[in-house]
Amino acid sequence: MKRLKLSSGSIVNIGGSIIAVAIALLLGALVMRLSGADPWAAYKALWNGAFVGRRSISETLIYSAPLILAGLGFAISSRAGLFNIGIEGQLITGGFVAALVGAWDLGLPSVIYVPLALLAGALGGAVWGFFPGFLKARYGAHEVITTIMLNYLAIRLITYLVLRRDDILPVDPTYVATKKVVDAARLPILLDRTRLHAGILIALGAAIVLWWVLFKTRFGFNVRAVGLSQGASAYGGIKWGSTVVIAMVIAGALAGLAGAGESLGLHGRHWSTAPGYGFTAIAVGLVGRNHPIGVIFSGLLFGALNAGGPAMQSAHVSKEIVQLIQGFIILAIAALEVVNRLPSIRSRMARRASAGA
Amino acid sequence: MDHFFTLDLLTRILRMSTPLIFAALGGILSERSGVINIALEGLMLIGAFFAVAGTYWTGNVWLGLLIGVLCAMAGALIHAVWSITFRGDQIVVGTAVNLIALGLTAFLVQSIWGTAGGSDRVSSLPKIGGMSILVPLAFVMVPLVAFFLYRTKLGLRLQACGEHPQAAVSAGIDITRYRYLAVLGSGLLAGLGGAYLSIGNLNYFTLDMTNGRGFIALAAVILGGWNPWGALAACLLFGAAEGIQIQGQSTPGFPISSDLLVTLPYIVTLIAITLFVKARSGPAGLGRHATTS
Amino acid sequence: MEGIVKRFPGVVANDGITLLVEPGEIHALLGENGAGKSTLMNILFGLYTPDEGVVAVNDQPVSFSGPRDAVLAGLGMVHQHFMLIPRFTVTENIILGNEGSGLVLDRTAAARRVREISESYGLLIDPEAKVEDLTVGLQQRVEILKALYHGSRILILDEPTALLTPQEIEDLYGILNRLKADGTTIIFITHKLKEVAAVSDKVTVIRRGKTVGERITSETTGQELADLMVGRGVSLTVARTPATPGRTILSAKNLTAQPIHGHKPLSIADLELRAGEILGVCGVEGNGQAELVEVLSGLRPITGGTLAVNEIDCGQRDPNGFREAGLSYIPEDRHHRGLVLDFPLWENVLLGNAQGEPFVRRGLVRGRKTQDVTRQLMADFDVRAPSPETPARALSGGNQQKLIIARELFRNPDVLLAIQPTRGLDVGAIEFVHKELVRVRDEGKAVMLLSYDLDEVMDLSDRIVVMSEYQITGEFVAGEVTRNHLGLLMGGRHSDEATQA
Repeated sequence: MKRLKLSSGSIVNIGGSIIAVAIALLLGALVMRLSGADPWAAYKALWNGAFVGRRSISETLIYSAPLILAGLGFAISSRAGLFNIGIEGQLITGGFVAALVGAWDLGLPSVIYVPLALLAGALGGAVWGFFPGFLKARYGAHEVITTIMLNYLAIRLITYLVLRRDDILPVDPTYVATKKVVDAARLPILLDRTRLHAGILIALGAAIVLWWVLFKTRFGFNVRAVGLSQGASAYGGIKWGSTVVIAMVIAGALAGLAGAGESLGLHGRHWSTAPGYGFTAIAVGLVGRNHPIGVIFSGLLFGALNAGGPAMQSAHVSKEIVQLIQGFIILAIAALEVVNRLPSIRSRMARRASAGA
Repeated sequence: MDHFFTLDLLTRILRMSTPLIFAALGGILSERSGVINIALEGLMLIGAFFAVAGTYWTGNVWLGLLIGVLCAMAGALIHAVWSITFRGDQIVVGTAVNLIALGLTAFLVQSIWGTAGGSDRVSSLPKIGGMSILVPLAFVMVPLVAFFLYRTKLGLRLQACGEHPQAAVSAGIDITRYRYLAVLGSGLLAGLGGAYLSIGNLNYFTLDMTNGRGFIALAAVILGGWNPWGALAACLLFGAAEGIQIQGQSTPGFPISSDLLVTLPYIVTLIAITLFVKARSGPAGLGRHATTS
Repeated sequence: MEGIVKRFPGVVANDGITLLVEPGEIHALLGENGAGKSTLMNILFGLYTPDEGVVAVNDQPVSFSGPRDAVLAGLGMVHQHFMLIPRFTVTENIILGNEGSGLVLDRTAAARRVREISESYGLLIDPEAKVEDLTVGLQQRVEILKALYHGSRILILDEPTALLTPQEIEDLYGILNRLKADGTTIIFITHKLKEVAAVSDKVTVIRRGKTVGERITSETTGQELADLMVGRGVSLTVARTPATPGRTILSAKNLTAQPIHGHKPLSIADLELRAGEILGVCGVEGNGQAELVEVLSGLRPITGGTLAVNEIDCGQRDPNGFREAGLSYIPEDRHHRGLVLDFPLWENVLLGNAQGEPFVRRGLVRGRKTQDVTRQLMADFDVRAPSPETPARALSGGNQQKLIIARELFRNPDVLLAIQPTRGLDVGAIEFVHKELVRVRDEGKAVMLLSYDLDEVMDLSDRIVVMSEYQITGEFVAGEVTRNHLGLLMGGRHSDEATQA
């Protein structure tokens, strides 16, 4: 296979995602207009904040990095047939553990310290992904509920640890955060006079590796088979339980890397507040059709929305409108899938299209 | 420690349980009809916001309550259209509704009050015995919903839609209509739960003030075996953990770190769901559509 | 119903079917699987709208927009897969959709009415029992009662005997005759000639979506109906030479395993499968066949006894272990076991063949190699599809089954387990599958054919075993046993009783 293929009917899928984004932006404009704001000015500010100038572009990339990684995590769990709402918990666990390792000041050189701290973050996320995977595989516990519980458990546990356990951990109760990550454990800055750190490179690399794993290896074949048909995969000798657990561990590790990038790259410490990327990651995965290459593009899109959002304040529009637009994108995709599913509508559209041509 | 187990603690537990009970009953209606509803969180948030906004606009807290509930039902209608008519993935659609609720309320807070964090103060619903009038209502709703599900014609039909959609269709039941009714009912109840948070317990709205209670309510539905009485017990458990934590914070010398104590309900839920809740105890047709028609 | 036409994307399911049923008769609708019977009945019941044609009840043209309209017009349907809610009681199931006036349920009154109706038709049943606790035969009674309760004067039964034992079938005939005497009109859908003769007054035969004949049952013969049903020139008996069984390839001794449902464990005292023979396994569905299949393919752990393939102990092996030992398997359910419908054909060929060479090397999938092999298999087995990249979902049932057979034979196995290999296929595809099984046997491999269609088992097998109550209750050389005898064993009689009968 020389060509890069998304999946059968990929053109429709990519086109569908683009149409969905367009619809969502229009709906967002409608909401702004109804509330008396100027959508044109707001979107112009959004565009400028996301793409115009060296600083804007680097901000877009900064926001994209965790979203791509977390989106990849959501994508692999979806491919295995699990709806992983737990990305949020996996991400903050990874970010916290990476920050702890980075703040401990182990006196290591950067070339060892950075990978070590990243690995710790991935491991933290992986553990948080392992639990729901294991509980599902072993006891049939529904992952939507277990991951929601684990999200809150992670937030509350970390809050407790940063507030109360400064006796044994490098945390700072006054900041409700970990201590500062030492310089040797910080991700390198890619572009002078910006905050752009190497997280985006990790995200792009992870996407390519995940693509290779999913579509070129037997393990990836197993994951996709398990997600599409439990019956057929069991009969094909694929162990559902272990495949699901490993997929969830990988998902957690990817989300953990996303958190680690934030701690080691952007903030230099882990704050106990949750960034809310877990839900955006779901949107990233869905818009990217749970395909690693698609996730890169949708991660960049959502990164741009998040980076440009604050600039909309200048047009007197709350940056939270971006969340609204994300919700609209998901709804638009779900609605477009209905159109895709109905053969009568599709053939009617095709007929009309050919008649028009 | 003498001041720990007081009447205060009891009312605190009841107050903390109230929003969960409303939302959980809504979740039961929706899930019993076969529609997974993780949008409870968003519907509560919409209810909380528009109850305040409605009170602010009309100057009447009862009209505010009505507006909050109606707006939550409008959100539920979106969930219903996408989940039932469009046959979208119900969890995906619920996630979208949650994002929209979060974004919309934050956006509107800024456009109405010009602040980023929350609303102005408005009046709140009347209180009895230090508790909002909605608290006793929540407890009254439990037997009402149970009676509806198990003793009425509509309840029997609604359960049939959730247990075996195909069988319901062949019995001449319009499952689309019943599922719409159930999801709208869940919007009504979740909206009440949200409104309780803003104009019942307090008198203003803050960003993301539901703070995951919709998800906790969903866990209570499952923990309670999709049964109103079971869900009530689960909601009281969650409410008690929260109440004890707050009480613990204000009680000097309380032995366990309250920050650690709050993790308890989540751990309990994880263990209970793992060990006691079998997959088959839920409605058999949850998330499934009738394949003919 | 006159001139009914119903088209689905790509197929015309009903192509001008006429069905005229007189009041108070038992009218059989005879046709093969896929002839268009179910589509026709779904139209009659308001689940589909016909593209052309007229449906009339009591000479009044009707147009049903849903089952509710059909019920109001006096129609009642007993589906092949029961439309009962396991967790509801008998009464709740029966009154559903017709609960009486008032918003609040009156369960006592409803139960009393259910009891009255059940007694008046001699259909004894406990109104308070939960449906999930009832036997299949009793569940069917609930279905019939439900239709009667809703005031049905025209009862449609879709393949009502498929899951019943011979005794339960006799009971059903009795019930139907009683209902007829009471003035109820009955449409009896079946593909079994014997049932047409046993119970119907009149019969309409359909083939490939068209009505091909209407006969009065007493004035026709089984041969004539069979010819109408399958058309001319199709021989359903496969030409084959006598078997020359060789060494034992698969052997099971004192094998036990847990059941999927219920409490009775699977218990196989002695089962052997030899090279160069087709062993037929017959029985009524739900007598341990599903468990046997899962055990023999490594999906269900055994709790006792021994199981060997090619003298390799397979007691603790998983599906891949069985494959390595030389076993292949055509599963019963193409859509949920045999194929991943959203995978392209080449990835479906990979399914179960991903243990190593030639398709996988060092954990990596060899895409091009797999596609080349798939292309070759498609040519060899006449799988009609544009390319190996076509998703399996796009293929017809026959082509899907051919792909599965091609994949399973690719490993050159010593044993082939064929589970209901012709279910839902058209005549041409059935013939292909049957010939392929005989060819595999003639190559010296062992074939086990498990089917709920007794005729298929009798036509193809060299040796036949009967499964009943989770055990093997009889073993015969084909040709030395009568249909009747097998039927008795399938119905739960023991071998000596059956011989005396």
